[in-house]
Amino acid sequence: MVKAKRKVLAICFTASAMLSAAGAVSANSELLKMQMNANDWVMPNGNYASTRYSELDQINAKNVKDLKVAWTFSTGVLRGHEGGPLVIGDTMYIHSPFPNKVFALDLNDDGRIIWKYEPRQDTSVIPVMCCDTVNRGLAYGDGKIILSQADTTLVALDAKTGKKVWSVKNGDPSKGETSTAAPMVVKDKVFIGISGGEFGVRGSMTAYNLKDGKLAWRAYSMGPDSDTLLDPKKTTHLGKPVGKDSGISTWKGDQWKIGGGATWGWYSYDPDLNLMYYGSGNPSTWNPVQRPGDNRWSMTVFARDVDTGIAKWVYQMTPHDEWDYDGINEMILVDQKINGKMRKALVHFDRNGFGYTMDRASGELLVAEKYDPAVNWATHVDMKTGRPQVVDKYSTQHNGEDFNTTGICPAALGTKDQQPASYSPRTGLFYVPTNHVCMDYEPFQVSYTAGQPYVGATLSMYPAPGGNNLGNFIAWDADKGKIVWSNPEPFSVWSGALSTAGDVVFYGTLEGYLKAVDAKSGKELFKFKTPSGIIGNVNTYMHNGKQYIAVLSGLGGWAGIGMAAGLTDPTAGLGAVGAYASLSNYTQLGGTLTVFELPN
Amino acid sequence: MQHSKFSKSIILASIALTYSISGYSAASKADYRDFVPSPEQPYYFQDGKVDFGTYNGFRRYHADCHVCHGPAGMGSSYAPALLESLKVMSYGDFVNAVVTGREGMDNMIMPSFAQNVDVIKYIADIYAYLKARADGVIGPTRPDKFPKVKKLIADN
Ligand code: HEC
Repeated sequence: MVKAKRKVLAICFTASAMLSAAGAVSANSELLKMQMNANDWVMPNGNYASTRYSELDQINAKNVKDLKVAWTFSTGVLRGHEGGPLVIGDTMYIHSPFPNKVFALDLNDDGRIIWKYEPRQDTSVIPVMCCDTVNRGLAYGDGKIILSQADTTLVALDAKTGKKVWSVKNGDPSKGETSTAAPMVVKDKVFIGISGGEFGVRGSMTAYNLKDGKLAWRAYSMGPDSDTLLDPKKTTHLGKPVGKDSGISTWKGDQWKIGGGATWGWYSYDPDLNLMYYGSGNPSTWNPVQRPGDNRWSMTVFARDVDTGIAKWVYQMTPHDEWDYDGINEMILVDQKINGKMRKALVHFDRNGFGYTMDRASGELLVAEKYDPAVNWATHVDMKTGRPQVVDKYSTQHNGEDFNTTGICPAALGTKDQQPASYSPRTGLFYVPTNHVCMDYEPFQVSYTAGQPYVGATLSMYPAPGGNNLGNFIAWDADKGKIVWSNPEPFSVWSGALSTAGDVVFYGTLEGYLKAVDAKSGKELFKFKTPSGIIGNVNTYMHNGKQYIAVLSGLGGWAGIGMAAGLTDPTAGLGAVGAYASLSNYTQLGGTLTVFELPN
Repeated sequence: MQHSKFSKSIILASIALTYSISGYSAASKADYRDFVPSPEQPYYFQDGKVDFGTYNGFRRYHADCHVCHGPAGMGSSYAPALLESLKVMSYGDFVNAVVTGREGMDNMIMPSFAQNVDVIKYIADIYAYLKARADGVIGPTRPDKFPKVKKLIADN
C-alpha cells in the first residue's frame, strides 16, 4: 500500500513539472505523459492501453464503504448518457447525448460552468441513429477538446474558452452515416470512426490533422486495397498475407459498397509499436442470406500504423456474421505472461461471447474462450484458422430466411456491448461488465434505400436459460481464458468499469447504482443509487490532494430502448416482460453527473 | 442502388388502392385461406394463430419501428406506444403518419418512411399486427401463424 502511494506522489510531481512546460512539448509526448498522470483522466478509457486502471489508492477496499456524494451536475438532457468525464488539471469536461453539449466545469468551485458549447445540428439526424442518440465522449490534445457530433461533424474547441478552432464533416447523415464514438488523439492526428451499420453505410477509420482538421488518411472496412489500406503482401491475417483486394473478394457483387463494418467503438494505441487498434461492426444487412461470403473486413480487429493508416495485421472474429455480433468493443493492451511466455498482449471481449487474447505485435491468436457459459452459437474457436465452429442449430444462415432460429446465446446485444472493461495490474485480472441475454432471430429479405434502415431481421430477447439475471459482472483471467468470479446482476451491466490501486473495482447498473466491489473476491463493498440508470463509464481523479470518483447516469442507449419497455420471452409468456418492465419502477430518464468523495 | 423518389401523395394514393383492389367483398371468413384484409378487419385470428400478413407485420415492425416504439408496440422512452395509438387511430391516419412522418416536442422525431419499400410495401401488414395488439388479440411475444396463402391478385 505504502509503496503504491509513493508511486502516485512521484507521478504527481512529474505531472506538475510537465504541465508548466506544456506548450513547449509536442502534442505527442504531452499526451503520452499526461495519460500516465493518475491525477488527471485525460482520455475516455484512462490511458492509451484502455485499461481503465488508476494508481490512486486513497479510496481503498477498507474505506470505500464511507464514500459520499461531493457534488452533482445535471446535463439537462434526457437521452442515454454513455461515456464519462475527462479531467485535466482544475477542469472537468463532460459531454451529453444529442444535441451534444459540452461543459467545462471548475473543480475549484464544485463544478461551476466555465464554458458551454452547444452545436446547432439538424434534427433529421435523430431518426438515423440506430440505438438512441448517445455519444461516448471527448478527446483532448494540444490544448483542444475534440467532439464528434451526431451529424458526424468533428469539432475542435479551445480547452480554455470553448471557442471553435476548426471543424470538419466526416460523413453524410442523409445516407445514414452518424457518429457516437469518442475520438482519440495520437501524435499530430485525431482518429474517428463512423456509425450506421443498420443503414448500409461502409465503415471507415479516418485520421485528421490535430492542427487544422485536414484529412490525413481514411481506411475503409471493405473495398479495394486502395480503400482499405491493406497491403496484399505485408498485411497479415493470422500470419498469412491477406492477398489482393481481400475486402472485395469475399463479397458477392457490389454488396461490399453497402457492407457495414462500422467503427463506432473504442480505439487504443501502442506508442512502441506505433499501432492503433480498433474493431469493425456487423456486415449489412442483418439477413446473412443476402450477403454470401465471409464479408471481410467486417467483425475484424485492425492494427494500423498511426502515421500511414496501413494495416499491419487484421483478424476477423466472426466471418459472415449471422447474429449482429459487432466486433467494435475495446482492445485492452497489457504486457502479460500468456502460456508461460511474456507477451505484448491485446485482450478483447467480443460481442460474440469469446474473450480473445492476441499478440498485438504479430496478430497471433493466443486464447479464445467463452466468457459466459451460456454462449452456444459456436462450440469453440479453431485456433489454427481462427474460425468459430458454428452450431447449425443456431445458424440463421443454415436455417435460412423466414425461419425463426430460437435460443441463440448471446443475443445481438452480445455477451458484452461497448461498455468497456478494466484491467488491474495488481491482480492481473480483467473486470468485465456483461449481458446474460439470449434471442430468437428471423432473417428476411430487405431492399436498400439510402438513408433508410437496412436491417432485415426480427429479434426477440430474453434472459439466458436457468435464471432471471440479465447480466453479470465478472473477473477474467486472460491467460487461462477462465472466469475467476462472477456477480449476477438483475439487469445487463451497461457501464464501463474502473479498477484502482486501492484494490476496488467500480461499475454502474441499469437501476442506477454505483457499486464498488473487492478486486480480489468481487465482494460488494459499497453502493449508492444515482438519479437514473447508469450506462456511462466510471472514472477517478485527484484534486487538491483528494481522490474523487465520477460517473454520468442517464438511462438510454440500446439498453434503454430494447429493455425499458420490456423484452419478450416466448417460453415464459409475460414473465420476462414483467422483469424488464420493472426497470421503469427503479429509474427514469435524465442526465446527471455524480461525484463521490471520502468524508474529511 | 438508390430508388427513384416517389412523391408522398402517390404513395398514399397507391396504398389506398391496395385495399380497394383487393376489396373486402363479403368474403366468408370460413378459413384463413379465404381471409381478405380490410381496414375494418385487418387481421385474421383463430385457434391462437394469425394470418401470415399479420405475422409479417410483426417481423417488419420489429425490423423498422421497434428501435423507437419499443418491443411489440409497447412504447419506449423514445416514442409512443402504438398499441395505445391504434385504439383510436384510423388506418388512414396511421398510413399518413408513416408516410409523411412528424415532429413532436423535445426533438421527438417520427421519420418519413415514404422512401422505404420494406415498410411501404407491407404497411397493411404492420397495421394489422399493431391493430391485433391494440385489440388485445395477441400478446407481446411472437405470434403463431397460419401458412402463407398464394394471393390471386398481384402481391401487395
Ligand atoms: C426514429 C424513431 C422512430 C421510428 C424508427 C419510428 N417511429 Fe413512429 N414515431 C416516432 C415518434 C417520436 C413519434 C411521436 C411524434 C410526435 O410526437 O408527434 C412517432 C409517432 C408515430 C405514429 C403516431 C402515433 C400517434 O399516437 O399519433 C405512428 C402511427 C407511428 N409513429 C408509426 C410508426 C411505424 C409503423 C414505424 C415503423 C415503420 C415507426 N413509427 C418508426 C418515432 C419513430
